[in-house]
Amino acid sequence: MSLLEITDLHARVEDKVILRGIHLTIQPGEVHAIMGPNGSGKSTLGHILAGRDGYEITRGTVRFNGVDLLELAPEERVRSGLFLAFQYPVEIPGVNTAYFLRAAVNEIRKHRGQPELDAVQFLTFTREKMKMLGLPEDFLKRSVNEGFSGGEKKRAEIVQMAVIEPTLAVLDETDSGLDIDALRIVANGVNKLKRPDNAQLLITHYQRLLNYIVPDVVHVLHDGRIIKSGGKELALELEAKGYDWLIKPQLQTA
Amino acid sequence: MPAVKEIQNPVVRLTELVATTTHVPVWLAALRRNALARFSQTGFPTTDDEDWRFTPVTALKALPFVIATPDFDRADAAIQHSPFASIEGPRLVFVDGQFSRELSQVTNLPDGVRVQPISEALRQDNSALQSHIERLPDRNASPFLPLNTALFSDGAHIEIPAGCELPAPVRVLFLTTSPHAGAFAALRNVIVAGANSRVTIIEQYVDASGAAYWNNVQTTLVAGEGAIVEHIRFQEEGRHAFHTGSLHLVLARDCRVKHHSFALGARLSRQDIRARLDGEGLDCVLNGLYLTDGDRLADHHMIVEHLRPHCTSHEYFNGLLDDRSRGVFHGRIHVHPGADKTDAKQTNKNILLSKDATVDTKPQLEIYADDVRCTHGATIGQIDAASVFYLRARGLGEEDARRMLLHAFAGEIVERIDYAPVREEIDSLIWERLERNPHIAATA
Ligand SMILES: Nc1ncnc2c1ncn2[C@@H]1O[C@H](COP(=O)(O)OP(=O)(O)O)[C@@H](O)[C@H]1O
Ligand SMILES: [Mg+2]
Repeated sequence: MSLLEITDLHARVEDKVILRGIHLTIQPGEVHAIMGPNGSGKSTLGHILAGRDGYEITRGTVRFNGVDLLELAPEERVRSGLFLAFQYPVEIPGVNTAYFLRAAVNEIRKHRGQPELDAVQFLTFTREKMKMLGLPEDFLKRSVNEGFSGGEKKRAEIVQMAVIEPTLAVLDETDSGLDIDALRIVANGVNKLKRPDNAQLLITHYQRLLNYIVPDVVHVLHDGRIIKSGGKELALELEAKGYDWLIKPQLQTA
Repeated sequence: MPAVKEIQNPVVRLTELVATTTHVPVWLAALRRNALARFSQTGFPTTDDEDWRFTPVTALKALPFVIATPDFDRADAAIQHSPFASIEGPRLVFVDGQFSRELSQVTNLPDGVRVQPISEALRQDNSALQSHIERLPDRNASPFLPLNTALFSDGAHIEIPAGCELPAPVRVLFLTTSPHAGAFAALRNVIVAGANSRVTIIEQYVDASGAAYWNNVQTTLVAGEGAIVEHIRFQEEGRHAFHTGSLHLVLARDCRVKHHSFALGARLSRQDIRARLDGEGLDCVLNGLYLTDGDRLADHHMIVEHLRPHCTSHEYFNGLLDDRSRGVFHGRIHVHPGADKTDAKQTNKNILLSKDATVDTKPQLEIYADDVRCTHGATIGQIDAASVFYLRARGLGEEDARRMLLHAFAGEIVERIDYAPVREEIDSLIWERLERNPHIAATA
């Protein structure tokens, strides 16, 4: 069974149509990349997978492990293994990171039938991931994302992903705002989390990240449709030629 | 029949109450006569009055006013279960407006420190106390202030001498035990912190009656040069009760004063805060939280006057409103000529948990000085949807996510309390309230 199967997904916000027929299948163990210019609908796809309100699905289906994903509440999706690393992680003043993350991880563990982590176990477990991603010790003591630099926020998302241990991680522009050293650290972290039974969907509009996390399949999203899919060479081709050579013929046929 | 009408007039019914204070010095008797005359003249405020536009007192006026007989046993039991019961330190207890020596704890005070009922202080010759009672401002004062002057039965008198640091907080408890509707108590507190002294004061209102009583309070807090004062006003009156209070802050050069106003109870509560920043380089924080549900109303009305240069004042008020309840906030910062380099900031944030809850908020700035930094702002809204989604996308249920965010919203205020045991207790008390709230999950 496929891990994720998106069929003919159409979505809009109020009167604006954003997704116009997405088809995408991901198998366990695969890494996919979705590339595309700004505004093509990449984050919308990520949000819809994670269950954000405000989108109207006008056509199509999404199956995750064979289950109708669109029927699930956001928390049920992550508990059943689908995790979204946000392009713009939300700052939540007053909510302590350690407190929030332990509560979240334990909800997920409960759902999976795993024992909850006590404070000490949680700290040991999380500190190890923080070290891997080069986050400062005080990360857990601070409010969720509050006052974090852009790069820290992205690394914090990956730390959360590491402790949540999803089967499908959707990483929305995790590379943006990172300098080259930070990018290496983050990519290295993501690679370490890869296992034969999980998968990753990288959303990016630069191919830079793909030098460090090598995808099995690259898709190009434009104006709400996947207009081309290919191997990792496709990313290099996009890097060299830009998007125009793909988009122009589309416009002509439209 | 005009005679009957007269008796039904709430002002007349109030003015017929006699203050139970046993000893009234001559100057106070005169002051009381004037104050009573003033209240008789102005009477109860109406919603035509700009400062009371959103706070109708019709239900208050309809109460039968009586002076209650305290039930000290009942009060004793209530104290054991009241918040901060485990905090050690001097304690003054008043039951239905009367001081209880048995329930109070005022031994082992450092030299020169006074923690006593004001009824006792009035028996001693104390010209400073006299002037603190006499010299209350008329302008912009609550109409209930003269009523308080006319009828106050007792309250706390706290005096910290210059240079003295009191390690434990002074706790002043006001309990109401009377089961009869309309029990009226006028309470007067005078707190004087000498130059470079340091003290924490908890002023706490506890319901042990369940009835529709009325507490009318006036607290004067005088901070001397360089004094550091934290004043925590914890109002948790019963849900049928009325609470009207005024706080006057008289602040001297270089003092650091933090006032926290927690309006967690009462059917109707109104707190007037008047702060006079009358010395250079001082720092004043007014920090408040109101939680309302049912058809309750919580009103804060404050005027902060910057009279001297280089002062800082920050007002932070957050409100969390459920059901058909109402929040009212009026905050004026008045920067007088010459109060240059004033740094003033005021925010009022409200979260509505129900579509029937309402807030009327009016932050105002009046600036007549140069080179000042003043900001103000007010928000009324729902729980931030993006934050709820973020937390849910990490596995928390909707209700848990919302509760966590509301707790954080209240926490913005709670965390400004310096005295840790009080901060922690209020924090868990608010958490318990949120756990009991059936509306957290419902999207308004
Ligand atoms: N909530 C929204 N309301 C209206 N338009 C939206 C909303 N979210 C996204 N859009 C629009 O949909 C298009 C795709 O946005 P997005 O998914 O964020 O693109 P990408 O992540 O590829 O840059 C853009 O034109 C954007 O302006
Ligand atoms: Mg995007």
